[in-house]
Amino acid sequence: MPSHAETFPPDAPPPRLELRGITKRFPGCLANDHVDLVLQPGEIHALLGENGAGKSTLVKMIYGVLHPDSGTMLWQGVETIVPDPAGARRLGIGMVFQHFSLFDTLTVTENIALGLDDAGRMDELADRIRSVSERYGLALDPERHVFHLSVGERQRVEIVRCLLQDPKLLIMDEPTSVLTPQEAAKLFETLRVLAAEGCTILYISHKLEEIRALCSRATVLRAGKVVGATDPRQETARSLAEMMMGAELSTPERPPQGAAGAARLSVRHLSTTSDNPFATNLKDVSFEVRAGEILGIAGVAGNGQAELMAALSGEMLVADADSVVIEGASAGHLGPRARRSLGLAFVPEERLGRGAVPELSLSENALLSGYAREPLVRGGMVHFGRARAYAETIIRGFNVVAHGHRAEARSLSGGNLQKFIIGREILQKPKLLVVGQPTWGVDAGAAAAIHKALIGLARSGAAVLVISQDLDELFVLSDRISVLFHGRLSDSRPTHETTVERIGLLMGGLFGTPPDEDGEITRAV
Amino acid sequence: MNDFALIGPILAAMFAAATPLLFAALGELVVEKSGVLNLGVEGMMLVGAVCGFAVTIQTGSAVTGFLVAALAGAATASLFAVLTLFLLANQVATGLALTLFGVGLSALIGQGFVGIPLEGLPKLYIPGLTDLPVVGQALFGQDIMVYLAVAAVPLVHLFLYRTRAGLVLRAVGENHTAAHALGYKVLRIRFLAVLFGGAMAGLGGAFLSMDYTPMWAENMTSGRGWIALALVVFATWKPVRAMLGAWLFGGVTILQLHVQGLGIDVPSQLLSMLPYLATVLVLVLISRDVARIRLNAPACLGKLFHPDA
Repeated sequence: MPSHAETFPPDAPPPRLELRGITKRFPGCLANDHVDLVLQPGEIHALLGENGAGKSTLVKMIYGVLHPDSGTMLWQGVETIVPDPAGARRLGIGMVFQHFSLFDTLTVTENIALGLDDAGRMDELADRIRSVSERYGLALDPERHVFHLSVGERQRVEIVRCLLQDPKLLIMDEPTSVLTPQEAAKLFETLRVLAAEGCTILYISHKLEEIRALCSRATVLRAGKVVGATDPRQETARSLAEMMMGAELSTPERPPQGAAGAARLSVRHLSTTSDNPFATNLKDVSFEVRAGEILGIAGVAGNGQAELMAALSGEMLVADADSVVIEGASAGHLGPRARRSLGLAFVPEERLGRGAVPELSLSENALLSGYAREPLVRGGMVHFGRARAYAETIIRGFNVVAHGHRAEARSLSGGNLQKFIIGREILQKPKLLVVGQPTWGVDAGAAAAIHKALIGLARSGAAVLVISQDLDELFVLSDRISVLFHGRLSDSRPTHETTVERIGLLMGGLFGTPPDEDGEITRAV
Repeated sequence: MNDFALIGPILAAMFAAATPLLFAALGELVVEKSGVLNLGVEGMMLVGAVCGFAVTIQTGSAVTGFLVAALAGAATASLFAVLTLFLLANQVATGLALTLFGVGLSALIGQGFVGIPLEGLPKLYIPGLTDLPVVGQALFGQDIMVYLAVAAVPLVHLFLYRTRAGLVLRAVGENHTAAHALGYKVLRIRFLAVLFGGAMAGLGGAFLSMDYTPMWAENMTSGRGWIALALVVFATWKPVRAMLGAWLFGGVTILQLHVQGLGIDVPSQLLSMLPYLATVLVLVLISRDVARIRLNAPACLGKLFHPDA
């Protein structure tokens, strides 16, 4: 399809997309306030801003999900109104959503067909998916149902869906948050190829180093307004973060670790078997987390993280009670409540639905896990006054931005809800805290606060286990790092003795699997 | 010897007894796949039954009767659709109200028609084939509506799993927010699905009043609408399984009638319970597979959707 740009003289091509004075108001908040944005053909343009700065609203208007109250939009020099997402796709605008717009019970092919206007026959589409996913190194099985896929694999579905549309403008909302550094590097190659082919990429990410490496322009939003535009290659991650926040960024300090204390959590030869044929079974996983330290477990989603989290929290009981030992007590046969009373606190990866009940207020959510270790319930009766006070303590202590303790959990932004959940667990003074993906989709300011809280907890004598795909985060937090791959756990290495590249290679499976090659693992790290 | 001769008529009657359930269940299956839970099946069946019956009496045309029954079912369903889809009323409460409404409305319409007999539909007769022992009557001696109901099973299946429209409908039932974000008209798709469900329930009801027991009596569906609802869930939203469930219900219904006829000393109320009990029991047993339920249950079932939220 010839692009309209080609009809213009080459010395004065119109911008691919130009926004002039776009304004969008929601009840009680001005989401976008006279936003101007110019995207040139073939550029990779970063859109920066904290959670709630109005980035999502802006890109939803570009993609036709929302409509601006005022302002104009010029597509390749022509004033255009994008009526709906189908209209956006007809123009050549593709979008990878932050909260995946996937359908769990449908297959990969069916999901992709739903995002295409000319899907054609299913078997031909499956072949196209295979060839695109191979070309860009995004491994995908078109026949699988989405609910079997890991978060990382789901994102690949979104990306492949967009690539199949041959877009002229590709909007990517946090695309690398679940990829290994190597996978991200591969994606960047893909994006650079696409940009070189003339496709404009509007790139939203909290990973500022990535933006510096990838993007040639950056527009910064704060509270719905454009507060700056810059060439991110000329900035530091710190200066970018401060532009976003409009304040100085405090990086978490990691005071040196004291003498490692007693083992708070011992996992010995933990193996799981699941009825779900697509689950990743854990194979002979052993590790210890000691008082005062943070152990980080790296790995790409779908390598057994969900199973390990479930086996530790008590959501899934394990065959051998002695394979999970909390504070010296065999806990493999205990449910979540019994484990909490042993001193375990737990922050699951899914904030809404596991970490918090979306429809309940913050004080009710505080009660849900807080009652096990705080005096919030007496004789079966809820002490609402105390639950409220407890929620307010969390909100104040962790700077949660919310309309008080009555706010529904789902009304909070991801970062604020995560601060609330982590605060709820930390204030219970746990002896052992297990956290999954603590800062997934959380902006830099909130992430720094969460990291600081986790380090503070460990230094006060608790044992902390962080399971994350974000290597930068693990390197900031952990005293030791292990890698989970295909259900097996590598030996841990002290963080200061290893590098992101080496851990990245382990995440790709470059360590010996049979136990007798353990020496090999050590050398590889 | 006598028992053996009974098998043919029992089989034949089983397919007929299953037909109203099959219509209603297939309709409700499509509705639920789009993410809407309409508990008003019983009410829509009754409205379809009385309207089909009345129109057939007035016009003498069974075809017109069935058409009007489908329209009447769809009209009743549109009431539910407007309330739940556009006015965001709770689906469970509205569905229950729709059933009560249907019971009352059908009784009102049917006042002048109680006790009037009607001739059922003509049965198929193919010389040779229909005369076959045991299966002849069952397979080649039914009327057109029985065959239509069975033909609807593969049609619904093909629609849901082989067409783009069916894929979009399943997507809307699975995740309406994502479907909306991709640009699909969630409410329009659900509205059409609810109308289809109403039309099918209307046909099922009309089959009862115009063919199975060709007369009108108040509340003559006697809970079949509820069984159709149960069938959909226990069939894990699969059309073929819903058909097997309907046949099971039909089969036990006919069998217990024969047992009652034999004069065995069991209270007839107990025997009348049997079809309901057996259907639920068997379907529960075959639908215990959690993975299958997870794979087929529409995740947005019964959830309200507002495009601007």
